[in-house]
Amino acid sequence: MSPLTIVRQFGEVILAIAIAPLLVGWIAQCRAWFQNRSAPPLTQPYRMLRKLFHKDVALATDASPLFRMTPYILFGTMVLAAAIIPSVATDLPFARVADAIALIGLFATARAFQSLAAMDIGTAFGSMGARRDMMIGFLAEPALLMVLFNAFLLSGSTALPNVVEASTAHPFLIDPSLVFAAVAFVMVLLAENARIPIDNPATHLELTMIHEAMVLEYSARHLALVEWSSDLKLFNYACIGFALFLPWGIATHGADGGLALGVAVIALLAKLIVAGAALALIESLSAKLRIFRAPEYLATAFLLAVLGLLVHLLLGA
Amino acid sequence: MSPLDWTSRYLLALSRHDLSLLLVFVLGWLVLGVAGLIRPHRVGFVARILFPLGAVAGLGGALLSGIYLITGHAPEILILPLGLPDLPFHVRLDTLSAFFLLLLGIAGAGISTFAAGYFRSGEGTAPGLLCLQYHVFLASMALVILADDAYFFMVVWETMALSSYFLVTSQHRIPEIRHAGFLYLLMAHVGAICILLCFGVLQGGSWQFTFNAMRGATLTPFWASAAFLLALTGFGAKAGLVPLHVWLPEAHPAAPSPVSAMMSGIMLKTAIYGMLRIAFDLLHVRFWWWGVLMLALGLFSALFGAIFAAVQTDMKRLLAYSSIENIGIIFTGMGLAILFQACHLPLFAALALTAALIHSLNHSLFKSLLFLATGSVLHATNQRSLGKLGGLIRRMPWVATLALIGTLAIAGLPPLNGFVSEWLLLQSFLFTPQIPHAFLNMLIPLGAAVLALTAALAAYVMVKFYGVIFLGQHREPSLAHAHDADWLERIGLAWLAFGCIAIGVMPQIALRAAGAVTGTLLGQTVNLSSPYWSIAPISPGQASYSGLILLAGIVGVVGFTFALVRVVAHGRMRRTVPWDCGYPWQTSRMQDTAEGFGQPIRHMFGPFFRMERDLPSPSDIAPRYRVHIEDRLWRTIYLPIARGVQRLADAVGVLQGGRLAIYLLYSFLTLIALLVFVL
Repeated sequence: MSPLTIVRQFGEVILAIAIAPLLVGWIAQCRAWFQNRSAPPLTQPYRMLRKLFHKDVALATDASPLFRMTPYILFGTMVLAAAIIPSVATDLPFARVADAIALIGLFATARAFQSLAAMDIGTAFGSMGARRDMMIGFLAEPALLMVLFNAFLLSGSTALPNVVEASTAHPFLIDPSLVFAAVAFVMVLLAENARIPIDNPATHLELTMIHEAMVLEYSARHLALVEWSSDLKLFNYACIGFALFLPWGIATHGADGGLALGVAVIALLAKLIVAGAALALIESLSAKLRIFRAPEYLATAFLLAVLGLLVHLLLGA
Repeated sequence: MSPLDWTSRYLLALSRHDLSLLLVFVLGWLVLGVAGLIRPHRVGFVARILFPLGAVAGLGGALLSGIYLITGHAPEILILPLGLPDLPFHVRLDTLSAFFLLLLGIAGAGISTFAAGYFRSGEGTAPGLLCLQYHVFLASMALVILADDAYFFMVVWETMALSSYFLVTSQHRIPEIRHAGFLYLLMAHVGAICILLCFGVLQGGSWQFTFNAMRGATLTPFWASAAFLLALTGFGAKAGLVPLHVWLPEAHPAAPSPVSAMMSGIMLKTAIYGMLRIAFDLLHVRFWWWGVLMLALGLFSALFGAIFAAVQTDMKRLLAYSSIENIGIIFTGMGLAILFQACHLPLFAALALTAALIHSLNHSLFKSLLFLATGSVLHATNQRSLGKLGGLIRRMPWVATLALIGTLAIAGLPPLNGFVSEWLLLQSFLFTPQIPHAFLNMLIPLGAAVLALTAALAAYVMVKFYGVIFLGQHREPSLAHAHDADWLERIGLAWLAFGCIAIGVMPQIALRAAGAVTGTLLGQTVNLSSPYWSIAPISPGQASYSGLILLAGIVGVVGFTFALVRVVAHGRMRRTVPWDCGYPWQTSRMQDTAEGFGQPIRHMFGPFFRMERDLPSPSDIAPRYRVHIEDRLWRTIYLPIARGVQRLADAVGVLQGGRLAIYLLYSFLTLIALLVFVL
């Protein structure tokens, strides 16, 4: 492990932390344009974070240490996830620590802590949000795993860097199974990141909110960390998607000098701009589903991923 | 000579007598049990002296088995001068039994320590008698694992069933507990009959009932499969495999919590042990469809258990259903291992079997931990119903913290131990497309999807379990006086929680222990050469995982972020009432109840349940909402069988007229019939 790889690893994580709010700001801006509203500035999420960090925390009287720990744990897991995902380069020392299955596990840990924290104060909204979020989670997790299984079967490895290396080795060969998997992945991404059609990040409508219901009791620096980690989560999901389906530009092992890294960062930014706009378009075009339509939606995603798997096995056989 | 050489030499010398030393520990348990009868009503003597000694014996046993797994791999055999004249008891220690003894010792030590603080007088059976039953139960489980002939196996198997029956019914004045005990005894015996028949088939006409003879017996494909199916039924009934699971959610809640912990954590594993012993050691895995059957049953049990656990309202029943789920996961791993082995893919078989073994060990740790935590909650609040608990994290911080570790572990979250075994199992599912059977290699990857769904549902269940008991507001005013567990209970819980963390961050330890087993059973181990903090079961390029670095990473980032926020921003904070969207009349009854939290599952998996609901009408002054959920299998399988048996008994009962003349007539007719037959 050379010092250079460690620098690269840290650089990637810091890049992720820094530009995750930017992605959310970009999506909000695109959404506003698509909906013919005047858009907030691109830096709005950063201003929000700055404001929140300066405020005093108002903590519920009964809040337990679990409640106060959770924002830090959420942030920690998401930062760690960013360290595992090859967003810029594949030669990451940390990627050997946890493969993609462990990555799903990390997301699940974050979700479990967030739901537990939501139940901690004992308000009606908190436990409702926790219940709904766990429901979305247990439906989305198998679908995501099936999407990843498609990629695992193609590359023979569960480590994301290896998946990227395998697909960049012959870049013009697109396996038909990946088309199914990609659609399923986008559906899961929308559900897991509290986006329309499952949840609406822009409202606080009591009866329909999921993510917002869970973080109602958080304020100031706690809320800032929660928001930042959900920005990071979206960024991470986007990068998983790029690694699986659009790996072009990521600096691979052996070819990751300064120039390649620069190209990789620019490619990442370009992909994020396009993906953010696409996400905003999807969100603007679709309506929010009733909560009990969510299982059907996620079952569709799951079946698409399974179809991809079957297509792969049939064609491979 | 360096101290290290000394230790290793000493350990080697010790390891030659592992089996006899283990038997001494088992004997120790029996002596402790009998000692309980000296002063049966003195809680101080029984609980504070005998139970901790039992825990020490458990630790000793675990240590010995661990040493055996590391050092010696040659089986040790002893013939005990006990039993019938021509049928002496055989005992044998090999890596498979050592692994399960390790599990028994580790979990048993924690449970016994907890029990030392838990049992008190005035609750059902006298403490001294309970001590006897408890230690006989422990000893018989150890002997089941050590037994090397069918005769001795059945004797200790039945001792295990009976001693646990008495433990389950320790509060026998409550009718439900008597019913639960009866159901348990019935299922235990149905299972035992199948196992007995299985041994009858396995001896293959040689009439030699030692396992050694059975290993060499040649069975036709038909009889080999018959033996396998009998074993699957018999051990499946003990393990709680669906559809033979009905006793589990009744018996586990009925028993005192340390006993529930022992039954769920250890006794179910003896059934896993038995299944492994017969399928791999005695029958040498012959047909791939055995594995497919086991895989299908395992996956179904796992999903079934998780779904039912999600809708339970009694905390111990919830854990019992979760045990069904975990047993399903273990059977899934064993089924995959059989399948791979029958298809001549021993490396992947070793991977799947390793996953099953480690999951057994993990389950014995976290399930015992959670059952014991419910015991503490039960003692502190006298409530078992989830609808009347809540907010205990503020009253019972020790139990809540340790239970949180168990909750996260059983939910399969990294970096704890539950994740390690699920990770290994998912890894082995990745290789199923290599099975040389058309269609099968396409269908079985879908098993990974079922497994993923189960794992995610388990997280849902455990968030519900922990959230409803420990978080939120007290649902009953009396909970404000709940007290934390005493120090012995805390030690017991902490030991098990430590185990969950240790296997999670150092999975290589468990991998090596399981590797010793797969080495003897399959002649193949997974890649064990990675350092202690990481595992790479097939090859580092294929997949690797390191719990320790993951944990260090999370702790590091959390600590760094915490410090940075304090330095760059500030740490000011004030306490106020909850915001709750500005609603001031929030009461504790507005939180999600256990029913409420399970509602999405009831909605989605409706066909699984038989539901009875009483919905209040809008004009009701005192509205009551009630939902009752039942297992469909109970009405479709069990009640018809019960009715059939009843009818048969009634028909036979007609013969019993109760008058002497009729019985004389029977004798006379029998004599005539015999005469006709003879002549």
